Amino acid sequence: MKFGVLVFPGSNCDHDAYWTASKVLKQPATLLWHGSHDLENCDAIIVPGGFAYGDYLRTGAIASFSPVMESVRKFAAGGGIVIGICNGFQILCESGLLPGALMRNVGLRYVCKPVHVRVENADTPFTNACKPGAVLEIPIGHMEGNYFCDDTTLADLKRGNRILFRYVNPQGEATAQANPNGSLENIAGIASEGFNVLGMMPHPERSAEAILGCSDGLRVFQSLAGAMVKA
Amino acid sequence: MPYNLNNSMKAYVYVSLKKSVLDPQGKTIHGALAKMGFHGVADVRQGKYFEIDLTGMARAEAEAEVQRLAREVLTNTVIEEYRYTLEE
Repeated sequence: MKFGVLVFPGSNCDHDAYWTASKVLKQPATLLWHGSHDLENCDAIIVPGGFAYGDYLRTGAIASFSPVMESVRKFAAGGGIVIGICNGFQILCESGLLPGALMRNVGLRYVCKPVHVRVENADTPFTNACKPGAVLEIPIGHMEGNYFCDDTTLADLKRGNRILFRYVNPQGEATAQANPNGSLENIAGIASEGFNVLGMMPHPERSAEAILGCSDGLRVFQSLAGAMVKA
Repeated sequence: MPYNLNNSMKAYVYVSLKKSVLDPQGKTIHGALAKMGFHGVADVRQGKYFEIDLTGMARAEAEAEVQRLAREVLTNTVIEEYRYTLEE
């Protein structure tokens, strides 16, 4: 399974994602420059965290107009696997690949800390290595992670079991205190209708090895590798 | 000639959060104003403002262009709306 990690001016988690795919998961991986349309026959695209284009205009907005994102939209339309992490989630929302928007955190602070998320749907290419309801510890680091969508979209997400992760306390309860940024219904990650596109604010690539303090994030990557082998 | 193609126009575009969307920044500013003794401020909403120079377009074309760039680029229509004025 070949991973392609997008690189925008201002990406800063691209090498972490590349490391996780190539060195931890031991899969072929390559970096893909934003100015090119060529996805180099990758099987999965990672839109990494960072501050693409300096977050100018809106987080993720300028990146969503870049040449590589045109190709990613076509790739996703054909069922291709795409993961957006943090700024990557913001880029996927701006690109229309995922519904909703990520707004300024309630509290107006940049929040950088480990959080707990609950796996709400374990029957997806991104979560199948987890038990349903499993609580994972994964770090966040963002200023705009406050997920918002209108009532119709929220109803669609719920009906389709497309909310994959919710912020919870260590006991697995989705309380207001466990919500680090004001996200609607503690939403930390969602999937597209076809379950081939994932957006999540927590950074699984920053918690994919024991040396990083926690390896729960690796489950997301293991799920993907497993899903691709089955397919 | 129906219009001067060298005519320049200026568009002033205002982008704000939709009424249905909570504005944490506006709320914080509102709180600060109240603490500083500015009474009678009922609400504050923070937005963005763009000045755009246009050239070589008739007014109708400029209107259409401003609307398109505001809708497709300057606003995220999930959470934001815009209004504009156009001056010759």
